[in-house]
Amino acid sequence: MKFAVLVFPGSNCDIDCYKAVEEVLGEPVDYVWHTATDLSAYDCILVPGGFSYGDYLRCGAISRFAPVMAEVAKAAEQGKYVLGICNGFQILTEAGLLPGTLLRNTSLKFLCHDVVLRVENNSNPFTVDYAQGEEITIPIAHGEGNYYCDEATLASLKANKQIIFTYASNPNGSLSDIAGISNERGNVVGMMPHPERAVNTLLGSEDGKRMFTSILKAWRDQHDAATIR
Amino acid sequence: MTQQLSAKEPTAEQIAEQQIYKQMGVSDSEYELICGFLGRKPNYTEIGVFSVMWSEHCAYKNSKPLLRRFPVDGPRVLMGPGEGAGIVDIGDNQAVVFKIESHNHPSAVEPYQGAATGVGGIIRDIFSMGARPIASLNSLRFGRLESDRVKYLFEHVVSGIAGYGNCIGIPTVGGEVVFDESYEGNPLVNAMCVGLIDHDKIQRGVAKGVGNPVFYVGPPTGRDGIHGATFASEELTEESEAKRTAVQVGDPFMEKLVMEACLELIDTGIVLGIQDMGAAGLTCSSAEMASKAGNGLELYLDQVPQREEGMTAYEMMLSESQERMLFVVEPKDEAQAREIFDRWGVICAKVGKVTDDGRLKLYHHGEIVGDMPVTALVDECPIYNKPSTVPAYYTENENVDTTRYAEVKDLGAALEQVLGSPSVASKRWVYEQYDYMVRTSTAVRPGSDAAVVTVGGTRKALAMTTDCNGRFVYLDPEVGGRIAVSEAARNIVCSGAEPLAITDNLNFGSPEKPDIFWQMEKAVDGMAEACRVLETPVIGGNVSLYNENAKGAIYPTPVVGMVGLVHDVDHITTQGFKQEGDVIFLLGETKAELGGSEFQAVVHGVTEGRPPVLDLDTEKKLLGTVLASIQKGLVSSAHDLSEGGLAAALAESCISGSVGAKIALESGGLRPDHLLFSESQSRILLTASADKAEELEQYIAGQGVPAAVIGRVEGTSLEIEINSVSALNKPVEGLKQVWEEAIPCRMK
Repeated sequence: MKFAVLVFPGSNCDIDCYKAVEEVLGEPVDYVWHTATDLSAYDCILVPGGFSYGDYLRCGAISRFAPVMAEVAKAAEQGKYVLGICNGFQILTEAGLLPGTLLRNTSLKFLCHDVVLRVENNSNPFTVDYAQGEEITIPIAHGEGNYYCDEATLASLKANKQIIFTYASNPNGSLSDIAGISNERGNVVGMMPHPERAVNTLLGSEDGKRMFTSILKAWRDQHDAATIR
Repeated sequence: MTQQLSAKEPTAEQIAEQQIYKQMGVSDSEYELICGFLGRKPNYTEIGVFSVMWSEHCAYKNSKPLLRRFPVDGPRVLMGPGEGAGIVDIGDNQAVVFKIESHNHPSAVEPYQGAATGVGGIIRDIFSMGARPIASLNSLRFGRLESDRVKYLFEHVVSGIAGYGNCIGIPTVGGEVVFDESYEGNPLVNAMCVGLIDHDKIQRGVAKGVGNPVFYVGPPTGRDGIHGATFASEELTEESEAKRTAVQVGDPFMEKLVMEACLELIDTGIVLGIQDMGAAGLTCSSAEMASKAGNGLELYLDQVPQREEGMTAYEMMLSESQERMLFVVEPKDEAQAREIFDRWGVICAKVGKVTDDGRLKLYHHGEIVGDMPVTALVDECPIYNKPSTVPAYYTENENVDTTRYAEVKDLGAALEQVLGSPSVASKRWVYEQYDYMVRTSTAVRPGSDAAVVTVGGTRKALAMTTDCNGRFVYLDPEVGGRIAVSEAARNIVCSGAEPLAITDNLNFGSPEKPDIFWQMEKAVDGMAEACRVLETPVIGGNVSLYNENAKGAIYPTPVVGMVGLVHDVDHITTQGFKQEGDVIFLLGETKAELGGSEFQAVVHGVTEGRPPVLDLDTEKKLLGTVLASIQKGLVSSAHDLSEGGLAAALAESCISGSVGAKIALESGGLRPDHLLFSESQSRILLTASADKAEELEQYIAGQGVPAAVIGRVEGTSLEIEINSVSALNKPVEGLKQVWEEAIPCRMK
């Protein structure tokens, strides 16, 4: 399975995502520049955190126009896995690949600390290695993580089981305690917490590891099924 | 417009007649010297260039004789003071690069940008050496957290640090924040950055190779920060507010791009010299690079990227616009360099040439607008040995009996008072605004004795801390200086690391005042002695003088930034008690030393007397013993005793470990309030699991370090008995609440 970690000007969790894939899975992974126009070689695209384009104008608002984003949309359409973390989540909402938007934290302050997340849907490719309803500890680090969408969207998120993670204790004012969501098809996920920062007990927690193992497992299942067919 | 602006500039004659140089901080005798070096009167651009190069901030003209007293060499030192940052070997062809720098005056008038650009500036110092920045720290001082002004400064300094550090993606892993009346109106904002480098990648700021092109990198130059270095070298007054334009504006996104592009450029091996444009911008970087190579340099100012129209030579040379670098490569490598900056979307312009005539020549609109000898700018600034006298307060304090206050009977309430003091209280409100985890290497987060960051691909890690107790330095600068270095070393050792070296930020009042200069002299002597004994040389630093407010000088605050090497990540140790049944040891001796203590300030409302004594040989033996105990795997937790003494240290270890402790002390003739809150130096709390306690006890005894088993980790309360009588009994949850809510409550 081959991973791409996108690099926008101002991305700063790109290295952490790369390291996580390398250390947890040992699968091939490349940094892919924001100007790239071909993602066909990759099975999973990670849109990392950071401050792409300095978060100027609005978080993710400039990045969505980067050439690589058309390819990300294409990959999503093809059913490939796309995971946006933190700024990556903001970019995916700006690009229209995920519904809703991320507002400033209600405290109006950047917040960096561990949070407890509840796994709301473990049938998603990114969460198959978690138990339904399991509580996991993963850090957040953001100033604009307050998820918002209109009522109709929220209702459809709930109806389609698109809410993947919720906060046990809401740190930022997110609607319905939402920490991470997927698209309707389930192959595109965005989340504010950083699973790539929770893959080593020396650094605090390894609860994020299973997001990566889940992706590989889901891909293998899909891949094996395809091969048998 | 251009013509009008230029026309407004006074002529060389007018500068002399109207003594305009004085507004720039140049004295009559210095002006005469400058005329001598030039063989004529300087024009407006030239006097501007000289004034910043000869400011305290760039030339250290009042502090150089003192800085020479510091030990700067050691077996591990690869680069000492003089370059962007010092470098220390950590083995395996790797080295650690670090430096601290102040942005006090800018932060006093424009706290967000002042603090943000302080962070940006120190990061540039690190990557200009070729190092990858891996962590930032800071050391902050504010007035009492009560007035709206102090709260405003505190809030915006913290968000400025967060805004810059978070965006550029370098974790802010540690630091200290202290609140005291003496910093009212003149906050201290010291920023430190730590980087990693391979030995063969070390860069220098030299303009090598006559005829080689000089490149400018980064955003265009604007009119911001003009005379920033001069501004930093005078006292803050009511007029300072009008000098808001001397404060620069930061763009961390731009710096991220400049940093990545420069590190990539350095990686190619084509760079001959590189330096950041910090204080005094283009002036200082070009003059210093030429000086270090023994060369001259020509600058073509029309080629300098400009943000505003009609900028004069004077403005361009003195601007402190941020995120700019200067570098030199051979002509054949120009295209390769340009390709890298183009890819990162960063401006790169050829603005000059290395020459052999030893002069800094400035060309603008086809004319020579400045022509100055480089050595005069960089090396010939007069150095002053200021007069020094013992201040009256110091003499008076000698006879103050710090134990004369009535005994405090409610020790639990006193502990809560100390824990609730914003200087001692949890700094969670601060550090949760910093991304302290990005780069996924932070093994010990803010809130323990020192932060620890792992070194990727190895078993090693780096411990780092900033420390200074200004009250102690005020009461006795020499002892206070010794304590600052020793406390930093204690924090490093308690984290499981071997102290390597320090960087220092000497924050003092006006050196023109003899009693302030005396504080500087004595503090430096104390620090230098401690650095010698503890074998932690000074590899670089910064001096910030003229820190005064209407009531006088700040407490002398020579901040120590120390880095230590954890030889194996298994040695990493934190302050929190680990598990029930662990045995608690107190190493070191407790005396009735209350002078300058948190207890004295918070409970009795005074800062007086002499600070605790500190014997460096005792300290060294303690540090060696504790580090060896940790490395032998005998220690579960370690915490140094500082503000608030034994009681505060026990409470912090309980709170961090979410567990209680049962303590039984022998008073040894000390009054209970003195026993619990004395700030006697060279003391450390260790815990060991029950099966290792005996071995630890024997090892410590064998080293000749005084130590006592004082209790066990147990229950959910902190219970202290003195001579078998209950002295204090508080649930840890309640103490935690007091400690954690002190700052957020005041900031609501």
